[in-house]
Amino acid sequence: MSSNSNKGRFGEFGGQYVPETVMNAVLELEAAYNKFKDDENFKRELTALYKEYAGRPSLLYFAEKMTNDLGGAKIFIKREDLNHTGSHKINNVLGQILLAKKMGKKRIIAETGAGQHGVATATVCALFGLECEVYMGAEDMRRQSLNVYRMNLLGAKVTGVSSGTSTLKDAINEAMRDWCTNIETTFYCIGSVMGPHPYPEMVRHFQKIIGEEIKSQLKESEGKLPDCVVACVGGGSNAMGAFYDFIDDKSVRLVGAEAAGRGVDTTEHAATITKGSLGIFHGMKSLFLQNEYGQIDPVYSISAGLDYPGIGPEHAYLNSIGRAEYVDITDEEAVCAFEYLSKTEGIIPAIESAHAVAAAIKIAPTMPTDSILVINLSGRGDKDVYSIARYRGVDLVEE
Amino acid sequence: MKNRIDICFEKLKSEGKKALITFITAGDPDLETTKKLVLKKLENGADIVELGVPFSDPIAEGPTIQKASLRSLNNGTNLDQIFALVSELRKETDAPLLLMMYINTAFRYGTERFFTNCKASGIDGVIIPDLPFEEREEVEGMSDKYGVYNINLVAPTSHDRVKTIASQSKGFLYCVSSVGVTGTRSSFSTDFDEFFSLINSSASCPACVGFGISNPEQAKKMSGYCDGVIVGSAIVNIVAEYGKESIDKVGEFVNSLKEAL
Repeated sequence: MSSNSNKGRFGEFGGQYVPETVMNAVLELEAAYNKFKDDENFKRELTALYKEYAGRPSLLYFAEKMTNDLGGAKIFIKREDLNHTGSHKINNVLGQILLAKKMGKKRIIAETGAGQHGVATATVCALFGLECEVYMGAEDMRRQSLNVYRMNLLGAKVTGVSSGTSTLKDAINEAMRDWCTNIETTFYCIGSVMGPHPYPEMVRHFQKIIGEEIKSQLKESEGKLPDCVVACVGGGSNAMGAFYDFIDDKSVRLVGAEAAGRGVDTTEHAATITKGSLGIFHGMKSLFLQNEYGQIDPVYSISAGLDYPGIGPEHAYLNSIGRAEYVDITDEEAVCAFEYLSKTEGIIPAIESAHAVAAAIKIAPTMPTDSILVINLSGRGDKDVYSIARYRGVDLVEE
Repeated sequence: MKNRIDICFEKLKSEGKKALITFITAGDPDLETTKKLVLKKLENGADIVELGVPFSDPIAEGPTIQKASLRSLNNGTNLDQIFALVSELRKETDAPLLLMMYINTAFRYGTERFFTNCKASGIDGVIIPDLPFEEREEVEGMSDKYGVYNINLVAPTSHDRVKTIASQSKGFLYCVSSVGVTGTRSSFSTDFDEFFSLINSSASCPACVGFGISNPEQAKKMSGYCDGVIVGSAIVNIVAEYGKESIDKVGEFVNSLKEAL
């Protein structure tokens, strides 16, 4: 048995820091992933599911009104919100659950923040006839009650987690404890490019279709590469999916939008790249918001999907080598972008994705008019209407 | 200087005895009580004491130790205070003292600074549940340099990795009794004969079993498979119930465990 000094690493980031009880399962998953990822039958099945079930390829939409309004780059929107279940999460879940099926697993667990990954997991488990349990912070269940009900409709059990800050981080802790306990039967379907190897690489592999489609769609319509790709970053799966195919295209600027909550100079934010430090947590070496003794900080964002104190190791790496840049978007900026895209293009974005829209609103006017900026719109915003109304002081009550 | 863990097991072996290793979360309910509890446990037959360093997100722990960790953190307990406590304890005991902690605690503190302070205060070993064998290089250079043992763990799910891990261990091998997180269990489903025959045929040091052992009967039964038992949550439950008044009760419980071994 060799040491792990290079395996599953992005520079110094990554690794496999998990309890011994789950280590063999992680190694088994790694072996299964390596066996199936390039297997022709597996790829054919997954491609068919993407096309027939998820509705891929997703549209690349030219946002003409927004382009004219902002002046500057031509803005295109990658419509991951139009996927089945309403976000990019389905791409990864279809890949992982198909793999779980090949591995003979009967029970699937997942964590969820905003509920998008939980809904996608519950959906695919219903399709494949698998038992599904989703861990969700009690605070997030309150913020995203519609998604909780949706998961129940799909036949999943949603288990509330009220330890710690009762948000995404705590849901992951509890899912990991479940995994330790039910390791022989259970497949842990992680929703972002985080956790122990092979998850960061595997989730990116199942999400990289986003960037591949952007590239081919733009080639067809504009005959060239984009100049800038913008995506929101919590754990970072939609951003990794959008960025990955462009990493070697050095002319393409890659921008991740982090949640700055009430501001990065307050204690209420989730801006890991801007304010975090190197640590080891949730199976990976990466950047985390933590104190001097390594205690993980409580984090805050209006968006339950970006409300995480860490970031995927590949993003930490891309940041460290300067290949991608990360900007901070406050709650207020995200809510304004949410309203702006709704009114300007008739597209209601997820509040997570609205962080990317807000970054694009700042960047596009600084770019030449013959340049191209792509916003990865990771999800739709129906789920957020209540909380945005509440933010604006409107009390919605349905009779 | 010879590691106190080795000295302890050599003595137990010569006396034909099994080791009793007990856990407690440092700073629960406060550090002064922790000091009294450690000394009381040693007085009542504990051979080795593990001090849990509280962590905000203890993923390998069940509810009992999660809550103890939270109580301790809410009191403001930090690693420097725990090193100071260990220095105090070292004035009164030569028993092996270990830290049980998550890897981020040492990593964020600075791995060399961490092991320097382990050695200076008198810590003999560390147990890091989220640092598997394959990632041991994260600490091993420094733990070796400062003569502190990084205690390896094996679990029933380790399968063919048991042999490799067991044969490269120091101090003692921490054998996780069953799948799941820490906490008391009424019964075990692991095939112990098979698990321990693999361990005992390959271990390069004594093997002790922990996770779920909560009463003298279980301690007696489990000690039959190996060189000692580790008891944690059952003691933390007493501290949770009685707080500062738990000292004599913990002493009695530890005594009952020792009597059974």
